[in-house]
Amino acid sequence: MRIFAFIHLLVSIPHGYSNYVETKAGQFFSSGHTNNWAVLVCTSRFWFNYRHVANTLSVYRSVKRLGIPDSHIVLMLADDMACNYRNPKPATVFSHKNMELNVYGDDVEVDYRGYEVTVENFLRVLTGRLPPSTPRSKRLLSDDRSNILIYLTGHGGNGFLKFQDSEEISNMELADAFEQMWQKRRYNELLFIIDTCQGASMYERFYSPNLMALASSQVGEDSLSHQPDLAIGVHLMDKYTFYLLEFLEEVHPASQANMNDLFKVCPQSQCVSTPGHRTDLFQRDPGSVLITDFFGSVRKVEITKDTINLTSPVDRKKYITGFLCCQTNL
Amino acid sequence: CMTPAKDQFQEELVIRPLHSGDIYASFQFRTLWDTDFLQEGQKKVSHYRLFPKSLGQVLSKFSVQELHISFTQGFWRTMQWGQPFIPSPPGAELWVWFHHTVSDVDGNWKELTNVLSGIFCASLNFIDMTNTVQPSASFKPLGLGNATDHRFLRYATLPREIVCTENLTPWKKLLPCGSKAGLAVLMKSEKLFHSSFHSQAVHIRPICQDEQCTSKAWELRQTLNVVFDHYTSGQGKKEWSLFKMFSRTLTEACPLASSSKVYVDITDNPELFELSPATPLLSQAVVLGDRRTYSVYDLTRAETFGQLRSFNLLLRWKGDNMLRPLLHAERYVAGFGLQTGEIHTVIYNNHPYRAFPVLLMDSVPWYLQLYIHTLTVTSKSRDNKPSYIHYQPAKDRHRPHLLEMLIQLPPHSMTEVTVQFERALLKWTEYTPDPNHGFYVGSSVISALVPSMVAMSTNFTQDQPLFSSFVPVKEESSYFVRVYTEPLLVNLPTPDFSMPYNVICLTCTVVAVGYGSFYNLLTRTFQVDEPSPPLAKRLANFIRRIRGVPLLA
Repeated sequence: MRIFAFIHLLVSIPHGYSNYVETKAGQFFSSGHTNNWAVLVCTSRFWFNYRHVANTLSVYRSVKRLGIPDSHIVLMLADDMACNYRNPKPATVFSHKNMELNVYGDDVEVDYRGYEVTVENFLRVLTGRLPPSTPRSKRLLSDDRSNILIYLTGHGGNGFLKFQDSEEISNMELADAFEQMWQKRRYNELLFIIDTCQGASMYERFYSPNLMALASSQVGEDSLSHQPDLAIGVHLMDKYTFYLLEFLEEVHPASQANMNDLFKVCPQSQCVSTPGHRTDLFQRDPGSVLITDFFGSVRKVEITKDTINLTSPVDRKKYITGFLCCQTNL
Repeated sequence: CMTPAKDQFQEELVIRPLHSGDIYASFQFRTLWDTDFLQEGQKKVSHYRLFPKSLGQVLSKFSVQELHISFTQGFWRTMQWGQPFIPSPPGAELWVWFHHTVSDVDGNWKELTNVLSGIFCASLNFIDMTNTVQPSASFKPLGLGNATDHRFLRYATLPREIVCTENLTPWKKLLPCGSKAGLAVLMKSEKLFHSSFHSQAVHIRPICQDEQCTSKAWELRQTLNVVFDHYTSGQGKKEWSLFKMFSRTLTEACPLASSSKVYVDITDNPELFELSPATPLLSQAVVLGDRRTYSVYDLTRAETFGQLRSFNLLLRWKGDNMLRPLLHAERYVAGFGLQTGEIHTVIYNNHPYRAFPVLLMDSVPWYLQLYIHTLTVTSKSRDNKPSYIHYQPAKDRHRPHLLEMLIQLPPHSMTEVTVQFERALLKWTEYTPDPNHGFYVGSSVISALVPSMVAMSTNFTQDQPLFSSFVPVKEESSYFVRVYTEPLLVNLPTPDFSMPYNVICLTCTVVAVGYGSFYNLLTRTFQVDEPSPPLAKRLANFIRRIRGVPLLA
């Protein structure tokens, strides 16, 4: 409403303000996505990998809090920690020692669990090649106007990520899967975050456009876990995701925080490993990409009952081309 | 024009103190849907009021006659807790009767399991032909329908399936009031899963609406049974209240419910425990062959909630009491090593003078190869020949074993059924990511009509409490009981998965060293190489070459 109110004022206020309005309107149409999806995967099994499930659930919690509904989230947890018989507090997964924050919550829907979390199922979800009887909640039904957030966590190495201690996915397979998604127009922009040892090796091989990637450590470095809880007996979270969660707790749906702030999360002094990022395949400048473009589901819809007169035909064309630019951006 | 469907919703909570100090709470939510879309020529249903749309669409798409699905964590201990109102085995259990017009039952079954896995967030898509059976006698329809052709019945269990908040969340969303009002506000996952036994189930069946069965309706029953242990949840004190069990109290009934009641079993009051707040409303019901007295709290009446607008029960224990169920069973694996073993199923009949028959159904996966010629049934150390045996042998990687037997149990006796098996060696791709955990074998099911000490009522009454009307009563002198045994955890011979890597490394090294040496031996030639002479000698040789004189050595 605010932006259209400004445009409405144009009629009565001198031209000096029109530049401000144009930049605001340009920003309004700059992103070009209409819906948000999230694919959150925890690839580790066994009780001592509790922290990987806590990592994934904290990103799930932030993403739900910022507006993405369960129907647009594909959550894959390779093992059950909350109702595990070793858990002294059943139906809870904590992210902080002293049991401050229960990231499991009361309203969680896990789409793939246990033995279903395999490399094949993960790639099928990404590329959409699922058997016809797969229910909707297990599908990634994104289109070419979708911004997708993909978060992976588990044990990894130089060029691979381990699934459930029995198989691996290599960085080449992941890059090819993203290329398939690009060619089938399954995403508008994609943010890839990985929290494993040597995580930067997983995004080295990407070659499709509109991809931005973040990792918790460089090649040759290990990602470390944060702190153990003596009552539960295991480490509760990994350092990178812990500080990422702290950062995301400050973000709200109307927040203007951008990707440059996200790159600064967990510097080496806190994380011990050096987080890395990759933006060369991304079209827009990371400083202009809002956090809520990927983590939230902010609808770019404004309803107004008044008719708005844009100042001149030339200006109107600029707005429309600004909107269409991303569609022809192939 | 069509009259609008008359849906009805009732909710009920039964609290039964157990003699060991534990407490058993059983929720039942029943929705009656007045429509019959399985009839020919019926228009497609598109208006859903109280009945959840997701389940209604599943029923019509797959032509389901009856559907029973349960998710259970923990094992029901019959010896300590008696019989449950709604029995269920550990893990997930699904059995479905399809309509007799269905042509491809297996195809419908496969799609139905996938759809249900999406609705309940469970891995029901692991149900396939290798763990599905068609029992011939054990799972007769509980609702209407003269279905006797067991080709339309499918039964499967997943003993490994975990139940957690992600299964409770969609289950709660199927209720008309959700978890916002009525009895469902008590369902907080942190308390429900911190218990000895937790089971949530959905049962759908067609029933008659009246005595003459002039109109039919679909009945959806959502049940949740939970047993709280007085050691873990009760902090060792034999004292229970609604707040202690569920961390909530009740504030109102569900506005969409026509009846909303809490029953507390006070048959053993006042010797065993004392109950407050007291209520004059009492009700008697014959359930599980016994006449029990219940205190009834009607939540649709405002005075139940008192001044504080909140309803909290308090039960305090005074003594101990023994309870002997008439029928219970156990099962275990005997033997040693990883090649052979023996499954023992022990069934106890504790009735002092009556003998009765039980139907035992065993579904064993194909990788435990049963030797049926070693099957023995002994009661009181004498051979007891079953009067009916239905056996379907397994086919490797295709279908499991199915064994159904009708055994007569002598009074006050223990009957033992043993069968030997051999463990199969699976292909290395068929092992789960954690094979050293073991492989599960689903619970055996024992169905029986147990003689009742009190005459049961076969009359049809619309306002019977839900917990006594779950199983239709066909005769007065016995009641139907289903007992589930423990699931088995069996270790199969597990290969060392690092061996292919070790073998490749070793073989390549051996080949490289062996072949390399052999090749060198055959093709290498040695040449004698003169060391280079010192400078003086080289100069001397140079001068001698110029002079044309023979060189030095």
